[in-house]
Amino acid sequence: MDEKFDAIIVGGGLAGLASAYTLAQNGLEVLLLERGDYSGAKNVTGGRLYVSPVRDLFPDLWKKAPLERFIAHEEVAMLAGERSLTLRYSGNELANEPYQSYSILRAKFDRWFAKQAERKGAAIITKTKVDDLIIENGKVTGVLAAGDELKADVVIACDGAMSLISERMGIRSPGLPKDHAVGFKEIIELDPNVIEDRFGLADGEGAARLFMGEVTKGKFGGGFLYTNKESISLGMVVSIKDLMEDQDVTAPELMDNFKLRPEVAKLIRGGQTAEYSAHVIPEGGYKALSKLFADGLLVAGDAAGLALNIGVTVRGMEYALASGYYAAQAVIAAKEANDFTASKLSLYEKLLNDSFVIKDFKNFKEAPQVLDNPRFFNHYPEFVGNMMKDIYEIPAGSKDRLYPTMKKYMKFGELWAMLGDLRKVMKI
Amino acid sequence: MGYVRGLKKGDENMSEPLGLKAKLGLNVFKEDKERHIEIKAGFEKDPRLIRAVYVCPAGLYSLNDNGEVEFTIDGCLECGTCRIACGPEVLEWKYPTGGSGVQFRFG
Ligand SMILES: Cc1cc2nc3c(=O)[nH]c(=O)nc-3n(C[C@H](O)[C@H](O)[C@H](O)COP(=O)(O)OP(=O)(O)OC[C@H]3O[C@@H](n4cnc5c(N)ncnc54)[C@H](O)[C@@H]3O)c2cc1C
Ligand code: SF4
Repeated sequence: MDEKFDAIIVGGGLAGLASAYTLAQNGLEVLLLERGDYSGAKNVTGGRLYVSPVRDLFPDLWKKAPLERFIAHEEVAMLAGERSLTLRYSGNELANEPYQSYSILRAKFDRWFAKQAERKGAAIITKTKVDDLIIENGKVTGVLAAGDELKADVVIACDGAMSLISERMGIRSPGLPKDHAVGFKEIIELDPNVIEDRFGLADGEGAARLFMGEVTKGKFGGGFLYTNKESISLGMVVSIKDLMEDQDVTAPELMDNFKLRPEVAKLIRGGQTAEYSAHVIPEGGYKALSKLFADGLLVAGDAAGLALNIGVTVRGMEYALASGYYAAQAVIAAKEANDFTASKLSLYEKLLNDSFVIKDFKNFKEAPQVLDNPRFFNHYPEFVGNMMKDIYEIPAGSKDRLYPTMKKYMKFGELWAMLGDLRKVMKI
Repeated sequence: MGYVRGLKKGDENMSEPLGLKAKLGLNVFKEDKERHIEIKAGFEKDPRLIRAVYVCPAGLYSLNDNGEVEFTIDGCLECGTCRIACGPEVLEWKYPTGGSGVQFRFG
């Protein structure tokens, strides 16, 4: 092939598709290469997309998008060994349009999004893996895929958390365990009526649940549950460093244990597992972001490390969509100036810095260090569990007064440690 | 809570709710003509490999009776966790050929 594209995009996940869609919409010639049978075939998420921050970047996209349920009810459960404490939050701001967030299944959504990008004029080739970059005089000029040399003014690496493409260019080093979690999940099929009854959902509503504590055996992470239209996404996100250093339980054992917890078992009862998936998640935050551009190359989405674990949720999809969009804007400007050098492409970084993306990363800069505290995943769930037990328990004999019962928990050492944790949490 | 320990190969107790093999069997896999992950020559006994036993969500690494790590590729979810845990010095890790490997229907 001696045709030269304006841009070649490696990877058809959210970042790649957002770039392809935006570039094609602006009349650029763009080729996207995806190794899966279709977009979405290799993509794993927990399941919640916050539409609010990216709604205006793709104004035509949302009306017909195959989203599952809008999330109208949030729950967080702290699980101790033998008891748990759950907080439930519902509110008009969650239940009224425009909805903040939706549950989502990537094989459905990405496949559909790919069609929309094609309609705008993007060329998408699936079942094709990019094997290498073509680098001439230090500048990326194309890719090698399935034996073909494909040339472009600029390549956008959107190849996900383990971006072998940016490693190849030397702008990202192989991921470190401390900066990554592994996420694994099951799709459990259930009748929509059962889902709605079980989770107390009105029409179209969905629920999000988070489980912290005993489920990860004190490791940094947690369990999640999202309701889809006709299934439940149930899974866990756990620090790779903690799993490999503790060596007390394997990832599949954690998942089984999670499903056996009575709080979880009753939610999935009668459901049929239909799929089991897993993926690494970058969660090193701002300090672990890689360089975003080089001569002839931009990096977007997970490939650049653009995912955040802020405790109550993992966010990566909005950042993938937005960074794909801003990468496209930088390419459009580079094309106008016919200048694809790193200095021209650095506009991408400026656009990201001015957007919610890097602002979020800066706001949550301390989150990875603060949350990497075993007390959150071990001590506090047990602590509040025991406290609730003592408050609610009516023993065979007389019940102690409440104040002394509580005071027993508020010893100096405990308060001091709590204050220490609180001061750290205040950095988030 | 009684944990089910299942580090030994062929131990059917790996998971109670639905065996891990059965669970992986629900996925759509398309066979590749080559193995996309290999333990690098000379690293078969590297202590870092034991990490993969704990982190691999598909349970594809296991300890045999000699205390060595064995690896099967069937059922690989291409998640990348073993590469991050063990490091690229120990594992030769590539994505499978385009159009092969796991193909998620839900994702
Ligand atoms: C269990 C789990 C739960 C999560 N929960 C949430 C959540 O609730 N909310 C949220 O916002 N985020 C969540 N995330 C994070 C989110 O899923 C990711 O941040 C997001 O998918 C990143 O999108 P991406 O387009 O950058 O990468 P990906 O979706 O990984 O796409 C990369 C694409 O590149 C392709 N590719 C890779 N290499 C090549 C190559 N050489 N040639 C051709 N194609 C290639 C892949 O096949 C893939 O399609 C979760 C992640 C996991 C694993
Ligand atoms: S890529 Fe994931 S599923 Fe495959 S062997 Fe490595 S850890 Fe296991």
